Amino acid sequence: MTSTLRKVALASAVAAASLTAATTVSAEGEKYVLVSHAPDSDSWWNTVKNAIALAGEQMDVEVEYRNPPTGDVADMARIIEQTVAAGPDGLITTLADFDVLKGPIMDAVASGIDVIIMNTGTPEQARELGALMYVGQPEYDAGLAAGMRAKDDGVTSFLCVNHSIQQPTLGDRCRGFADGLGVELGESMLDSGTDPSEIKNKVQAYLSANPETDGILTLGPVSAGPTMQALNDIGLAGDIYFGTFDLGDEIVDGIKSGVIEWGIDQQPFLQAYMPVVILTNYHRYGVLPGNNINSGPGFITADGLAKVEEFAGEYR
Amino acid sequence: MAETAETTPAPDERVKQMSAFRRALIRPELGGICGTIAVFTFFLLFAFDSGMFNSQGILNWSTVSAQFMIIAVGACLLMIAGEFDLSVGSMIGFSGMMIAIFSVTLGWPVWAAILVTFALSLAIGALNGFIVIRTGLPSFIVTLAALFILRGFTIYFPQLLENKTIIGGIRETAEGDWLAPVFGGKILTGLFDWLGQTGVIATFERGTRQGDPVVDGIPMLIVWAIALVIFGHVLLTRTKFGNWIFAAGGDAQAARYVGVPVNRVKILMFMLTAFCATVFATCQVMEFGSAGADRGLLKEFEAIIAVVIGGALLTGGYGSVLGAALGALIFGVVQQGLFFASVESSLFRVFLGVILLLAVILNTYIRRMITGER
Repeated sequence: MTSTLRKVALASAVAAASLTAATTVSAEGEKYVLVSHAPDSDSWWNTVKNAIALAGEQMDVEVEYRNPPTGDVADMARIIEQTVAAGPDGLITTLADFDVLKGPIMDAVASGIDVIIMNTGTPEQARELGALMYVGQPEYDAGLAAGMRAKDDGVTSFLCVNHSIQQPTLGDRCRGFADGLGVELGESMLDSGTDPSEIKNKVQAYLSANPETDGILTLGPVSAGPTMQALNDIGLAGDIYFGTFDLGDEIVDGIKSGVIEWGIDQQPFLQAYMPVVILTNYHRYGVLPGNNINSGPGFITADGLAKVEEFAGEYR
Repeated sequence: MAETAETTPAPDERVKQMSAFRRALIRPELGGICGTIAVFTFFLLFAFDSGMFNSQGILNWSTVSAQFMIIAVGACLLMIAGEFDLSVGSMIGFSGMMIAIFSVTLGWPVWAAILVTFALSLAIGALNGFIVIRTGLPSFIVTLAALFILRGFTIYFPQLLENKTIIGGIRETAEGDWLAPVFGGKILTGLFDWLGQTGVIATFERGTRQGDPVVDGIPMLIVWAIALVIFGHVLLTRTKFGNWIFAAGGDAQAARYVGVPVNRVKILMFMLTAFCATVFATCQVMEFGSAGADRGLLKEFEAIIAVVIGGALLTGGYGSVLGAALGALIFGVVQQGLFFASVESSLFRVFLGVILLLAVILNTYIRRMITGER
């Protein structure tokens, strides 16, 4: 029995060792860790992973991406605590829930790790935590801008398809959109879940129950693709005013075919790439930009899709 | 009369004679002990200088393991009693949200919010158990329903009342409360201050906390975990009620015939699981100061995995709280250790699956070999 045990232990150790060797990016110099709140299933974050890998390669620093597998922010706090214990030179993190992440991030700052807040959060919160800066897209303002644009295009009522209702920042996009349109949010925000066929069916059900709806806002590729299918199925594609946050292959196709009016690009590439570059230069030469960086919103319409199309899902 | 009393009693034919070594081998926690040794050896070899074994690192994986332990104790005793609870994760989210709603939205004192939430979750646990007993349905299905119902309310209530899915500001509300530190406080802070001053553990380098030790105490979460493990272990192995738990899970009908109150045992175990989930939730809410609708996702499976790694049988009637605690320790150390060892984080699930499978195969193998089952 002991020999079996030993074999099993050895086999797993060997397997793990080879994996460790395979996945550690070996580079000279500084080490930076990016911690996000995204569950494994969120494909949007692939761009972020690619961007830090690219930045790591170009700046010749070691980079790592970490996230809580289920997207549980409390688990994310543990990951940040872990990162602090491991002691990298810099920490790049999202601020998905200020209350939860405040403690761990302030500990990181106090332990001498330089922190940059990316993606979610606000410049004010970043300053309060002692972070160097904030790189991202202010969500409410982006929603507001989108709502005002939709209002100018004649939209009067809308459906907001929220695939991750537990994240307050996503809800802010819907709230901003409603305020931009000048209507009450009310029941317009749909808790769609993340399963594609559920999203599709819920959108269809909502539109048949509320036939007067003339605008749709989706909050990312997770909900945009199924929503497009739903519109195709019930013959409203191109007829209903459809805008979405973020980009992805399907969204680019949608914009090209005229189903989607515009996509709001918050340019996640910049959110991941810039902090690595900024931290590296800060640590090497002591230079630091004096302001926060707004990576978005940028409205992407059918004009000028070429670059976006080329790199959609990879760097865009 | 006196002479007969002095002669050594004839060996009891009902009790099988067994060597101490053999008895040690058939302990359910054997797999857990082997696994713990293997996991620590592995990380000592591959992640020793990564900060995993400095004071912050140890606190980090201990805290995560303690979280798993708290829910594993309840899940373990319930599984030994022959039932499952899939609503543990949702119960964590629900309890946390209830505390937040009572204390922040409704403005109750925090101690009242905590006590009412405990009462509420115990009632829901009892209801789960009652439905299982009354209908005879598998607990798998009944608690699966509870999983959805509780998660739904956890998202619905805060949206209805506050128009958002995360309620914060509990830390401020809880200041000066007498019950909150029992869940969110830290003990031995003086000792850690002293350790920091003498240089045994590192101190913060800059900022407002400069000079404070990086670890300033043992979180109550860990204290709760240890207390629950001890309670569960003593209950299971040293009391009559513990025997009832084994009997109820082994063969409920046979247990009823010999007078074990099987229904009461099972309902109480459902309540204990709900209690453990609420302890988890309360510690989390008090530590982080906010309750979110997504807290505790998939924690029910993590609890079951820890219990199974710890050597309990899915069919009930066999298992150990110490084993479950070791399972939780393995789980926590592996989860955080992979980060320290810089393994790509998406591979965590692969490792988890492999470890689960290995543990179950190993446990089954050992048990068959020792007990001679086929």
